[in-house]
Amino acid sequence: MLNTKSAPTQARDNLISQKVTSLPPSGIRKFFDLLSSMEDIISLGIGEPDFVTPWHIREAGTYSLEKGYTMYTSNSGMSELRQELASYLELRYGVSYHPEHEILVTTGTSEGLDLALRAIINPGDEVIIPDPCYVAYPADIILAGGVPILVPTNEENNFVIKATDIEARITKQTKAILIGYPANPTGAVMSQKEADAIAGLAKKYDLLVISDELYARLVYGAEHICFPSLPGMKERTILIRGFSKSHAMTGWRIGYVSADRRFIQALAKIHQYTMLSAPTMAQVAAIEALRNGESEVEKMVQEYNRRRRFMVKRLNEIGLPCFEPKGAFYAFPSIKATGMNSEEFAERLLLEEKVAVVPGTAFGQCGEGFVRCCYATSLSSIEEALRRMDRFIRKNRLKSE
Amino acid sequence: MKEIFEILEQNGRATPEQISTMVDKPVREVEKIIKQAEKDGTILKYKTIINWSKLSEEDIWALIEVRVTPQRDVGFDAIAERVYQFPEVYSAYLVSGTYDLAILVKGKNMQEISSFVTEKLAPLERVQSTVTHFLLKRYKENGETFHLPKEINKRLPITL
Repeated sequence: MLNTKSAPTQARDNLISQKVTSLPPSGIRKFFDLLSSMEDIISLGIGEPDFVTPWHIREAGTYSLEKGYTMYTSNSGMSELRQELASYLELRYGVSYHPEHEILVTTGTSEGLDLALRAIINPGDEVIIPDPCYVAYPADIILAGGVPILVPTNEENNFVIKATDIEARITKQTKAILIGYPANPTGAVMSQKEADAIAGLAKKYDLLVISDELYARLVYGAEHICFPSLPGMKERTILIRGFSKSHAMTGWRIGYVSADRRFIQALAKIHQYTMLSAPTMAQVAAIEALRNGESEVEKMVQEYNRRRRFMVKRLNEIGLPCFEPKGAFYAFPSIKATGMNSEEFAERLLLEEKVAVVPGTAFGQCGEGFVRCCYATSLSSIEEALRRMDRFIRKNRLKSE
Repeated sequence: MKEIFEILEQNGRATPEQISTMVDKPVREVEKIIKQAEKDGTILKYKTIINWSKLSEEDIWALIEVRVTPQRDVGFDAIAERVYQFPEVYSAYLVSGTYDLAILVKGKNMQEISSFVTEKLAPLERVQSTVTHFLLKRYKENGETFHLPKEINKRLPITL
């Protein structure tokens, strides 16, 4: 019987699970609130494309609604889409997945990552991740009952995780290495040499690799290395990809996981109980994206590249040294010369010049001394933002002298 | 090199410095390419797209289908030239199909366009017939849209 009078929530303090309680709060909550209360800011703090989904893809989504495709699809996703995905991966990276058994369509890449971790982790299993890294990595590992093991990365190695550093942290509990290149927040891409070395470790210690390749299509003057395409790695890699960044489809929530069938079976089990199927409209749109989206992707990449060169050059000019980020749409300049820490820099830049950047520490302790600047915004905004940052730095340098 | 022109086509005010950074080429080289292009007619002119309706000074436009008799040796070119030299003609194309020339004509009012058609265009020797369509609304021109609401930022100010 419901008793509406009593208020048990006051009495118990364990209503929220320990696991959730133990999760660190978002590093930018305070910052976000501050930001939301301000006007006329230029934000370089956004993590999504400024392009709207190409019209032909939106049109396909709209058409699917008009035609009444409003029901569930098969748990694993429309078989037409899985076939397109299989041939896309085969054609582009030479890695072949069986469309029926080795591909699972997910509600965005985020679901894929969560599924992969939950499917493989036993309580106490360790998963190795780079620091800094995308905010969901450590959180999802903890939620899955695992232990995130952070491997520091730094400017010297262009923020790419090194196999030797990984090896030093491998224990009996190590289950997997979770990497995401091109990387958010640093824009780093992985070289063939490093990828081979990590693949070697995975084989040597019998580890899995979860490879988050959401930004794979956004590379500039570098070749993307699709991890499962490395010799012997298809069997031990869970590949996570999506359409959000490549096709400017963040709000559609559509992604996919490809892996050996024993993994896909496990992931699909969780997926069928928690998500059922990815949004149908988004799946139809994704088919269109794969069939006819290539030229639009290339156009966006070209445009990002122009902005990238512009931003990196200007950052270096104004005294915020920045290594060349060859992927994603982020630059990760060092702000150490200003004498401020990342949070202070970001907060004061916002208050004094109305430019938003994300403190590197939001992505891990090794992000200290850096900020993430996104160049997925109009060139004129980037120009203005950098003018303001230049002024901010000069002003503060004068003060300190 | 093509990329330089693509950038300029989108933004005629892009400076050689900006372009040089975007395409990763020395400023001098970019300047040289632009100069050369201005000289040889690859770059014809720098113009601005004005949304005249904002100033309530919109012109009247008409799309006119023109059927003509081609001429020995010069085909359609001679008559096309006679037509497009009129300052009222904004664009002129030779097209396939049931008529020959498609021209876009601009005037201050309907009267001006009709007198252009009846007094200048139709009486031309070799013009067989004309069909005039007045434009009611302009949605998109030169790749730019006119009637969409101003793009508002739909993204959250910060996302990780």
